[in-house]
Amino acid sequence: MSFIKLTDVDLIYGSADPKEKSAQTLAVSSANLSIAHGEFLALVGPSGCGKSTLLKLVAGLARPSKGSVTVDGQEVTQPLKTVGMAFQNATLLPWRNIRDNVMLPLEIVEPYRSRQRQEREANRERAETLLAKVGLTGFADRMPWQLSGGMQQRAQLCRALIHEPSILLLDEPFAALDTFTREDLWSVLQELWSFRKCTIILVTHELREAVYLAQTVHVMSARPGRILKTSTIDIPRPRTLESTFQPDFVEIVHDLRHHISLGKQN
Amino acid sequence: MTSKSVQRLAPWIATVGFVILWWLCVVIFDIKNYILPTPLEAVEAMYKFRYPLFVHGLATLMTTLIGFVIAVGIGMVLGILVGSSRLLYSALYPLLVGFNSVPKAALVPVLVIWFGAGTVPAVITAFMLSFFPVVANVATAFATIEPELLEVMRSLGASRRDMTFKIGIPRSLPFFFASLKIAITLAFVGSVIAEIVAGNSGIGNVMLVASSNFNVPLVFAALIVVGIMGIGMYAIFDFFERRMTSWSIRGGSGMQQMGGG
Ligand SMILES: Nc1ncnc2c1ncn2[C@@H]1O[C@H](COP(=O)(O)OP(=O)(O)O)[C@@H](O)[C@H]1O
Ligand SMILES: [Mg+2]
Repeated sequence: MSFIKLTDVDLIYGSADPKEKSAQTLAVSSANLSIAHGEFLALVGPSGCGKSTLLKLVAGLARPSKGSVTVDGQEVTQPLKTVGMAFQNATLLPWRNIRDNVMLPLEIVEPYRSRQRQEREANRERAETLLAKVGLTGFADRMPWQLSGGMQQRAQLCRALIHEPSILLLDEPFAALDTFTREDLWSVLQELWSFRKCTIILVTHELREAVYLAQTVHVMSARPGRILKTSTIDIPRPRTLESTFQPDFVEIVHDLRHHISLGKQN
Repeated sequence: MTSKSVQRLAPWIATVGFVILWWLCVVIFDIKNYILPTPLEAVEAMYKFRYPLFVHGLATLMTTLIGFVIAVGIGMVLGILVGSSRLLYSALYPLLVGFNSVPKAALVPVLVIWFGAGTVPAVITAFMLSFFPVVANVATAFATIEPELLEVMRSLGASRRDMTFKIGIPRSLPFFFASLKIAITLAFVGSVIAEIVAGNSGIGNVMLVASSNFNVPLVFAALIVVGIMGIGMYAIFDFFERRMTSWSIRGGSGMQQMGGG
């Protein structure tokens, strides 16, 4: 049974008026995607192919122009409250310290919202426990600008997870980081997934990242984005940096790369 | 001397330099004091007329502050509305810009016809001059919230109220304080102009009477009083800005704004 299901989804940006065809962008075309509960899925594809748009469709932040998006059997018609999101730029609130940034969702999402006064202490502890999980012990009282880019991304992951969402949507979260920091964060994310077991969709254009982290990798074509190829990654977990140098890993990356360049040709 | 103490002294040095330049101009070009007095003559006039300057200065300060407070209140609400709704933005912004381009001094006689001479036209002029920077700055802060942040908030099911109070207002504070510093000085300009044209009290009125008596040193004494009040109010808002939005200054010294020296 699939948890998230996209059926023949088109998404057109711009005017709905057919007379203004030139102002329209077909961002996603006939997308079919099926994601199981607790699956870790990666979407790779060239820039502008509609990856972020697919995430918005799943989150209910955009409505499909055609086709349907369902989560847990329910048609998605408004923003889901059971998702956590993280982006390339950390979007932490600069006037809040790291702890209060991480606790932001608890001030908005029910049932935490109505209990926030009574559970202030417990919530602070939750935030700090989660920060410790990503290696940010002792940084709760710092302001965002006092943290490096990699640390801000760790904090952003905590903010995305604090309200225990069942779906985590990650839009190129590590793209702005240097290679070493990025590879550190791969293992942080793998670790988080192994104990939270939420469903994760990771958008990336880094193939090694996709293969390292995901169970399933989908390759998208250039715009309008279609899914060209789906690979299941069977490399045992926990995967380490060492795994990325093994022949089977290299071969999968190679194969995916081949499909992307095929996609570019037509 | 550290560069910090140089920076602290710089406004005083600049002010002293300006006074010397003024004085030199008067002496070198042999300007008569009913055209341009020396700084000393202006200060003497300040001392001689200290009582009327104090009373009328206070009246101008009150007028200015009333107009300013109304401007801040209305400006903030309008800024939030215009900044958080694209429809209101496109509907109202051209109107606001157009309104801001109208020379307010030209409206003072009309205000006198409507409300009679006195404080009311001055309050309204102070308001009209100072509310636009507040609207523009608050609207900009609201309109430039990062789209990703909006997506995070929407995906959490945040209401418009949450967006305004948890993101918009805290984010707009640095913009807001910057606009207060501009607005207060403009409010002084507004009330003094109105007092010159139509007032029967206030510093502007002192200037009007003084210049019709060719008492130019008193005119300059009055100008100095207005300038000092402007600097004072600016410094107060600067102080609160540093207290309340230290996060936007980032602890370093590099981004600090200069005080009004
Ligand atoms: N809000 C929008 N309005 C109009 N066009 C958009 C909008 N967002 C994205 N697009 C267009 O849709 C296409 C896909 O965008 P996106 O999903 O952001 O791609 P990706 O994340 O893969 O880089 C791009 O061509 C982009 O220009
Ligand atoms: Mg994108």
